[in-house]
Amino acid sequence: MRLLTRKISARLSARRRSRLAAPAVLILGLLAAGGVALAMNSAVSPATAHDSTQDAEAIKAGRALFAVSCSSCHGMNAEGIITKRGTNYGPSLIGVGAAAVDFQLETGRMPMAQPGAQAVKKRPVFTEDEVAAIAAYVASLGPGPAIPDKEAYDVSEATTEEIVKGGEFFRTNCTACHNFAGTGGALPKGKFAPSLIGVTGKHMYEAMVTGPQQMPVFSDAVLSPEDKRAIIAYLKNQEKTPNYGGFDLGSFGPVSEGMFAWLLGIGGLTVAGIWITSQTARSKKTIKKGADA
Amino acid sequence: MSAVSNGTTPAATPKPNPAGAVANWADERLGIATATKKQLRKVFPDHWSFMLGEIALWSFVILLLTGVFLSLWFKPSMGEVVYNGSYDQLRGIHMSEAYESTLHISFDVRAGLLMRQMHHWAAMLFIAAMLVHMMRVFLTGAFRKPRELNWIIGGVLLLLGILEGFAGYSLPDDLLSGTGLRIADGLVKATPVLGSYMSFFMFGGEFPGDVIIPRLYTAHILLIPGLLLALIAAHMLLLVYHKHTQWPGPGRTEQNVVGYPMMPVYAAKAGGFFFIVFGVVALMGGLMTINPVWRYGPYNPAEVTAGSQPDWYMGIAEGLLRIMPGWETHIFGVTLSWNVFLPGQIAPIALLMLVLAYPFIEQWITGDKREHHLLQRPRNAPTRTAFLAAMITLYGLLWAAGGNDILATVFHLDLNTITYFMRGAIFVIPPLVFILAKRWCISLQRHDNEMLLHGYESGIIMRDAQGGYTEKHLPLSEDRAYTLTARARDEVYAGMSGEDANGVSAPKARMDQLRAKASKAWFATNVQKPTAEEFEEAHHHAELEHAHDAPLEGHAADGHQFDGRHDVAGDDLTHKH
Repeated sequence: MRLLTRKISARLSARRRSRLAAPAVLILGLLAAGGVALAMNSAVSPATAHDSTQDAEAIKAGRALFAVSCSSCHGMNAEGIITKRGTNYGPSLIGVGAAAVDFQLETGRMPMAQPGAQAVKKRPVFTEDEVAAIAAYVASLGPGPAIPDKEAYDVSEATTEEIVKGGEFFRTNCTACHNFAGTGGALPKGKFAPSLIGVTGKHMYEAMVTGPQQMPVFSDAVLSPEDKRAIIAYLKNQEKTPNYGGFDLGSFGPVSEGMFAWLLGIGGLTVAGIWITSQTARSKKTIKKGADA
Repeated sequence: MSAVSNGTTPAATPKPNPAGAVANWADERLGIATATKKQLRKVFPDHWSFMLGEIALWSFVILLLTGVFLSLWFKPSMGEVVYNGSYDQLRGIHMSEAYESTLHISFDVRAGLLMRQMHHWAAMLFIAAMLVHMMRVFLTGAFRKPRELNWIIGGVLLLLGILEGFAGYSLPDDLLSGTGLRIADGLVKATPVLGSYMSFFMFGGEFPGDVIIPRLYTAHILLIPGLLLALIAAHMLLLVYHKHTQWPGPGRTEQNVVGYPMMPVYAAKAGGFFFIVFGVVALMGGLMTINPVWRYGPYNPAEVTAGSQPDWYMGIAEGLLRIMPGWETHIFGVTLSWNVFLPGQIAPIALLMLVLAYPFIEQWITGDKREHHLLQRPRNAPTRTAFLAAMITLYGLLWAAGGNDILATVFHLDLNTITYFMRGAIFVIPPLVFILAKRWCISLQRHDNEMLLHGYESGIIMRDAQGGYTEKHLPLSEDRAYTLTARARDEVYAGMSGEDANGVSAPKARMDQLRAKASKAWFATNVQKPTAEEFEEAHHHAELEHAHDAPLEGHAADGHQFDGRHDVAGDDLTHKH
């Protein structure tokens, strides 16, 4: 026993003099500080304010699910996988927060069905509990945005002023990619900004705070939580607003309008022209019939 | 109606027709009947393709009617106001008076949105109809002498229509309007050396300034419509003066016009067609959203939206801009923006010049200075038809390139791939289409000759005594044969011989050689109609064949009496024993 402790202390004292000692201590210190910060963060954030045993269980379950469904791209410890060419095979998920997991899994973007320019929306693979477990696990890896509270994106009480303000923010920050009607737009190299129609307020909020895929992060310093909710209020209000002009033709702007002008307008009027010129004057018809008989 | 008597009641004069009475009253004072007698009996030929220009004419009338309505409320001013109308989502926002009044027309003026949408749809149809009308005229050779000037007027009308449309698109001062004007500003600024001066002159300072909307308004409701009206009047007067072209056929010559008189037939048809066009535009305006300015929001130079596109008629300019590589030259401290200057200024002017000059180019090549009032079938001018097919292809490709982001979004394609594809496609695909269309025309011409010489395929399969099957070819009706042969033979211009006996080259020999080459390219592969000798021979051959077959044909079985040589109208085809 004594021998053992002496051996350990000897080894420790040897390591204390090692070149790696200082950085190791620094990292340990940082980790400790980070842990404290994380603990404080989770203490103030109600979303993660569960009792610790439940948390630990969820994290454990999440870790297991993560190992099965996510690790092949994101690495066994969510550290990410770098390809030989130095690009990301799957990015590191340390510090992306529960909101990112919630967004990606609940919209079905993750797990990806196949590699491609961008993950596409599809039917979610995981149940609500499984999503929560994986979110808890990823949140435990490092501090990041938590899943927002319902008040953050609940727009049922939104005032007209809020909607007007949201419209201004939407036109300034979002339409460049998502289109004036939120019907989506193209980005370089096969990437795209998806349609926002029918997207839940929660997912909109999560997308703004986590910046999934090509989207920039709109941190609270850029767009305050109230501004974010105003944008959601505007979009939800637009969904409810009737199409004052009639069929919206896909809300893609002048391109689809031009298509309808040609196909329906010129096409229809040409048919009408064919019809009207095929109507001969009555007298000629009777003469022709008489001549034939 | 004459006086009526049945012998029991006294003869009575029927009441005078009130319309006739009014007409008579007016005629006695204005002399309308005498003045218009000739025009009222003016004959117009009937063909569906002659209605395409009429779509443009009636759309223009709708534009005038709806435009007057809109002008009663629209405020062409860039003065800043706060919106307090009934569209909630924009209430309290600062905007220009132009945009505010557009919203007012859309939401607070009775039928305002309908009128706005009808005006916009009619504008789209106006330019589209001018274009298809122009294609019809081109394909049928209706621009040939004496109608070259009317072709030029038509081309200028199309250009003015596009400018008018662009001005109208810019007036509401919504996000798309401003983005469009921003591009126009870029195009102007791309002019070497003078660009920024021109832009400042146009916008009264740096873009967007505060004068462009009032200026465009003047152009949109006064200057360009005035020019359009005058040119449309000239276009129609020349149409009356030249008389309408017609398709060849029995009784139709270069000297006459076969059709219906203006009154009552053609006027009724044209008037009826106006109501159809009006009805279609009203339905489109009532049912289909166009330019929902309330969703774009007021123009703000800091904003832009995905899917920012011009109306369709500017699509090719947009497409050219989008696929142009970013070439620039920096010289003596001046930047020459080829990436904007070439597609934005040089290309449209070159295209316009080509369109306007086309009748003269073709005339020079063919050397054809005769008057033409009979139309050509597109197949009988293979090179011209193929040229248009190639131009339509180019137009379509550029158009698609202008909507590359929408294509990418809707069909889940890669934006960059579309752009790279188009850069090559506009040079590769039109020539392929040219070759294909030309060969297609030539084979159609061959088919016509086949029919003329050997008759048409009757679809009747005959079995001969040996058990072989043949399909009967029956001779064309004389009317049809006349129609098919009513065209001139094409002559390839051989050119003057390069040098005379003394070795002195002829004046303008080089141009002459060029013309001979062009003429060869134009005509050499065309199929000419059969000669009289070929006809004789073919008919002789057919007679022989019939004489040969006749003895073999015994008593035809019931239901098989028809052999194409005699009429079966009176035959009893039922089984009788």
